[in-house]
Amino acid sequence: MAILVNKDSKIVVQGITGSEGTFHAQQCVAYGTQVVAGVTPGKGGQKMDEVPVFNTVDEAVKATAANVSLIFVPPPFAADAIMEAVDAGIDLVVCITEGIPTLDMLKVKAFMKGKKARMIGPNCPGIITPDAAKVGIMPGFIHKAGKVGVISRSGTLTYEAVAQLTERGLGQSTCIGIGGDPIIGSQFIDLLALFEEDPDTDAVVMIGEIGGSAEEEAAQFVSDNMTKPVIGFIAGQTAPPGRRMGHAGAIIAGGKGTAAEKMAAMTKAGIYVVKSPADIGETVVKALAR
Amino acid sequence: MKIHEYQAKALLKEAGVLVPNGVPIFDLDQVEAAVNELGGGTVVVKAQIHAGGRGKGGGVKVVNGLDEAKKVAGEIFGMQLVTHQTGAEGKKVQRLLIEEGMDIKKEYYFGIVVDRASECPVIMASTEGGMEIEKVAEETPEKIIKEFIDPALGLRPFQATKIAYGLGFEGKAVRQASALFMNLYKVFETRDCSMAEINPLIETGDGRVLALDAKVDFDDNAFYRHKNIWPELRDLDEEDPLEIEASKFGLNYIKLDGEVGCMVNGAGLAMATMDIIKLSGAEPANFLDVGGSANAESVANAFRIILSDPNVKAVLVNIFGGIVRCDRIANGIIEATKMVDIKVPLVVRLEGTNAEEASKILEESGIEMTVARGLSDAAKKVVAAFK
Repeated sequence: MAILVNKDSKIVVQGITGSEGTFHAQQCVAYGTQVVAGVTPGKGGQKMDEVPVFNTVDEAVKATAANVSLIFVPPPFAADAIMEAVDAGIDLVVCITEGIPTLDMLKVKAFMKGKKARMIGPNCPGIITPDAAKVGIMPGFIHKAGKVGVISRSGTLTYEAVAQLTERGLGQSTCIGIGGDPIIGSQFIDLLALFEEDPDTDAVVMIGEIGGSAEEEAAQFVSDNMTKPVIGFIAGQTAPPGRRMGHAGAIIAGGKGTAAEKMAAMTKAGIYVVKSPADIGETVVKALAR
Repeated sequence: MKIHEYQAKALLKEAGVLVPNGVPIFDLDQVEAAVNELGGGTVVVKAQIHAGGRGKGGGVKVVNGLDEAKKVAGEIFGMQLVTHQTGAEGKKVQRLLIEEGMDIKKEYYFGIVVDRASECPVIMASTEGGMEIEKVAEETPEKIIKEFIDPALGLRPFQATKIAYGLGFEGKAVRQASALFMNLYKVFETRDCSMAEINPLIETGDGRVLALDAKVDFDDNAFYRHKNIWPELRDLDEEDPLEIEASKFGLNYIKLDGEVGCMVNGAGLAMATMDIIKLSGAEPANFLDVGGSANAESVANAFRIILSDPNVKAVLVNIFGGIVRCDRIANGIIEATKMVDIKVPLVVRLEGTNAEEASKILEESGIEMTVARGLSDAAKKVVAAFK
């Protein structure tokens, strides 16, 4: 069953005719994902391989019943693309684009209030439910179907964690990169709730990093609501304050958002906190054995 | 991106915010003209560096007349100004702002930032002007007025008025203060700020409300909207030369104080690599994200930048090849080692697509390096390589 995406998910790729959009849409199709439509204004009527291209998301949804959007639109137009998808009735918007101005994202979040759509990202690798659907840019082959959920603010560090799980024979139910920006569509708590409800998930790995307070909120949620084991790692234990560590959201500001604070809150909440990124897989094995 | 106080004040002034008359100085022989332009008398000499706490560090002085102004400007200009934000080595003062002295009746704090938790801009205001807002928040949180702004509607006039009354402004000053708040929000929004702060905001003896200091940070992601203005405002003297060099090649590099240089793809994995180096008993010399492609050219540039730091005693390359195959990355690394002379031990760990094949390519290349498998193996090997 997994969460968010499965074999029945019908994907529309916004920005499908751009080089990144085309390449990754092809990779998603090769993985077995149902990519039913693409959107690029002005290129309606064309095809990307077998996938029909439309001028608007609205047309694409009406013609193909697409319910998930995957966005590769460049930063100046990405916020608008998200709103277009939400307006067209898409259930789940996955925005890969890195570099959207924060004030644009604030407007997107305000626009989404009261609407049913859920957003993942931006500045994220996307979502994968192994052997069912790959809606993102992650390498599919490192994943294996199974019962561990993964939520992460990072890209390659998520792959690292997934590879450690797969290497130990632990498959994944669904892996979600929630994005490295300060303003994102879904937080740890939103997805922890879904994993807690999901009968196909036995444990959850959450990979946070410095900046903001999403991990502290997640810790509170875990302590109040989760029955399944949660294993956590925080990247940036050695990061200096006041510097943005690659991700727009990864910054210790005014002494707040340090790894130490987050790890303390998570430990207090009963999360298995891993100090070394090399120990994520092994710790999941131990947590599940208890 | 950070800018100087005098630049921030120019932006504020353009938007209708009252600021003291002032003249920026780039050379000491400009002091006399500046003081004369301000009418002599009491002026304030302010060091311009990208860090807070300048007053406490001795970088801001009130002086009387030209002679004292020249003397004090001479002392501040060129000094290594140490504040709680600069680190122990301080920052060299290469620009000054000379401003008219103000008759201060009362000081306030007023700032706008993006609040990540509530996902909207938030205004923080306080009667505790001149103090750091973090300190006020910790010690006397009840003295902070918070006002959340609907990002679609912007700051509404009633909110600005509410804050002005909340801070205790009276009579004509209420309207002046609320107008200043509206204008500052306009700057925050139209200039894509991540922060706009006035500390202190002052009311003068003659009832005017002005920004005595100004700190404005821009959201780097919005650069494309401000291409014509931001490059002019950027002060390269305030940045680390290696970081400037790295940015030319699209590399995300941050210099640190340790001895193990690291080259990683992806920001999260780069931070995690720094962390595991520390756990293995050494200190990372830098953060470096080579990005998605990790080809020979970008790897060579990354090597060059990492090795320009004389503290680096060993280098760890940690790449998770996803869409880009590891065998290609391995060949890229071999090419790069031909372009750059690497005199310190090199440990390479490649994971992901075709990792086995890549390790073999590296081992058979004849280039002096240690091939590692797995994160902890890599960290242990790189620490052992120089200790």
